[in-house]
Amino acid sequence: MPSLSVDVGGLRLKNPVMLAAGILGTTGASLRRAALAGAGGVVTKSLGTSPREGHPGPTVVQVECGLLNAMGLPNPSYREFQEEIEIARTGGAPVVASIFGSSPEEFAQIARGLKADAFELNLSCPHAENYGSELGRFPAMVEAVTGAVKAAADAPVWVKLTPNTADIVELGLAAQRGGADAVVAINTLKAMAIDIESGCPILGNGLGGLSGQAIKPVAVRCIYELAMRLEIPVIGVGGVGSWEDAVEMMMAGASAVQVGTAMLKGYGVFEEITGGLSRFLERKSLELEELRFMAGRRS
Amino acid sequence: MRPLDCVIQEVRSEAPKIRTLRLDREIDPAPGQYAMIWVRGVDEIPMSFSGPDTITVQEVGIATQALFSLGAGSSIGLRGPLGRGFVLRGDRILLIGGGVGTAPLAFLGEQARRSGAEVTSLVGFRSSEEIIFETRFEALGDTIITTDDGSVGIRGRVAEGLKQLDLSEYSQIYLCGPELMMWDIISRARLHSGKIQACINRYFKCAVGVCGSCCLDPEGLRVCVEGPVVSADRLLESEFGRYRRGPTGGRGPCRG
Ligand SMILES: Cc1cc2nc3c(=O)[nH]c(=O)nc-3n(C[C@H](O)[C@H](O)[C@H](O)COP(=O)(O)OP(=O)(O)OC[C@H]3O[C@@H](n4cnc5c(N)ncnc54)[C@H](O)[C@@H]3O)c2cc1C
Ligand SMILES: Cc1cc2nc3c(=O)[nH]c(=O)nc-3n(C[C@H](O)[C@H](O)[C@H](O)COP(=O)(O)O)c2cc1C
Ligand code: FES
Repeated sequence: MPSLSVDVGGLRLKNPVMLAAGILGTTGASLRRAALAGAGGVVTKSLGTSPREGHPGPTVVQVECGLLNAMGLPNPSYREFQEEIEIARTGGAPVVASIFGSSPEEFAQIARGLKADAFELNLSCPHAENYGSELGRFPAMVEAVTGAVKAAADAPVWVKLTPNTADIVELGLAAQRGGADAVVAINTLKAMAIDIESGCPILGNGLGGLSGQAIKPVAVRCIYELAMRLEIPVIGVGGVGSWEDAVEMMMAGASAVQVGTAMLKGYGVFEEITGGLSRFLERKSLELEELRFMAGRRS
Repeated sequence: MRPLDCVIQEVRSEAPKIRTLRLDREIDPAPGQYAMIWVRGVDEIPMSFSGPDTITVQEVGIATQALFSLGAGSSIGLRGPLGRGFVLRGDRILLIGGGVGTAPLAFLGEQARRSGAEVTSLVGFRSSEEIIFETRFEALGDTIITTDDGSVGIRGRVAEGLKQLDLSEYSQIYLCGPELMMWDIISRARLHSGKIQACINRYFKCAVGVCGSCCLDPEGLRVCVEGPVVSADRLLESEFGRYRRGPTGGRGPCRG
């Protein structure tokens, strides 16, 4: 069997298939369950400085090609979450804390107060006022937040980027200048669905973010552009639901991938993807590392 | 699935703060399954089916109040049927319910009766005014009623009624009601936990098994898709009856 273990952004993962932020990441037990089901690493729900209930429902809408969500960053605050991280760790995979704030200082405060194997900075949630992409679409802010967290944290720092911008590479370069150990791309694409019987926006928040199959080609393009220009690793996320998707993302330049919406199919997706990935490498007589950015070398 | 537009055909008052809404379509739910009910402009909340085309709502807060303000002819959005419902096992079943939690049990009892099972019910309420579905349960078979104030039936909690029953006689026991009431029954009926199916509540947001809001410790059971009907065996080993998470995901006490 080919080895699937990877070193990425300061972490060693037993395989490159992780659980994405905000997906079954509300409790230590659900994170541990993902690790036990075969995830190479798990990312928590995004954590802020104070408790938030999130947006009113509907918080998700299933559309033909994917999922729309506007959860609104519900979380019990980072102080309440340390215990959940400890539980998650018993699953045997690294636990990455996703964090958000409204300023570099808030991000740094959380990174100082929380113990995790790495931090993933949510500079990309498209539907929460004063947070996420409202900061993350400005390169200078991305750099400042990254720098502040790097100075405060004693763990690797990953920066999760928004695709809702004209040039994602600008944002990636800003994260790199700030000292990021990796970038994660992409968060959801700003989107909306309307109920035609009533004319009402369906999501409680009106606007939300699109994820799942529909966004995979966008994610692949973003990863490719980032991998072309950045020195730090890129972690790919957006529409990965099969081993073929994972291979494609790695060929675009991803060192590891994260699975979000495909968890709709249940926890079995991790073994499905890692199993398929192993068999593919075996069939092609390739090492995992050789997949990375293959498309860049062949274009 | 996008929310399905459903028109309310009829509104029936069951008790001062409990109403049954009949919808204009049958979406073929199994008893114990639920729907996410979207009150446009307000919120989307989980509701069990109390019949093939009905939900029975207790007014407790903003969204249920908004549902109460809707009359026949108004419409709601509905995602469902969702989750795993009750599984009928054997031909001599016992239903144990409390308050509005009796709603999915009445639906289950009627289905079980049609397929030939013998149905016994033990249902508890706060007082005589709060009794719902009395005639539905009585039509199914032997029915024991308890009220906290003793105004009807046995005085006291639902568990008081257990004294009149021999649990070993039943092929399967179905439970739904306030968490502490269910916990009380399960703890007393530990010996029979392998044949108790309980329909439980957690804070649901996505209802499709991705957000993590409803997960039950310590397994991380996704109640919205792997429940809401869960075997008592599993509940005995879980957070159930001890704590539950609210909208932030933080732990809080179990009320009622
Ligand atoms: C599977 C399931 C089936 C249910 N079936 C019924 C039923 O048949 N009849 C009925 O009257 N009620 C039922 N409920 C409870 C019902 O969903 C809540 O009473 C309702 O959501 C309250 O909303 P609110 O805005 O009026 O109250 P709020 O003021 O928002 O909250 C009051 C309490 O209701 C609970 N609650 C609020 N929102 C949710 C939510 N999204 N998910 C779960 N709990 C919530 C919380 O415990 C809260 O403390 C069910 C719940 C679940 C999970
Ligand atoms: C229900 C839901 C909640 C999410 N919550 C978060 C979050 O808290 N923080 C974050 O950085 N991304 C969050 N995301 C975005 C995902 O992590 C991921 O970037 C995106 O969904 C694309 O991947 P996918 O197509 O595999 O879902 C969420 C996505 C969904 C569907
Ligand atoms: S309510 Fe989202 S996982 Fe169950």
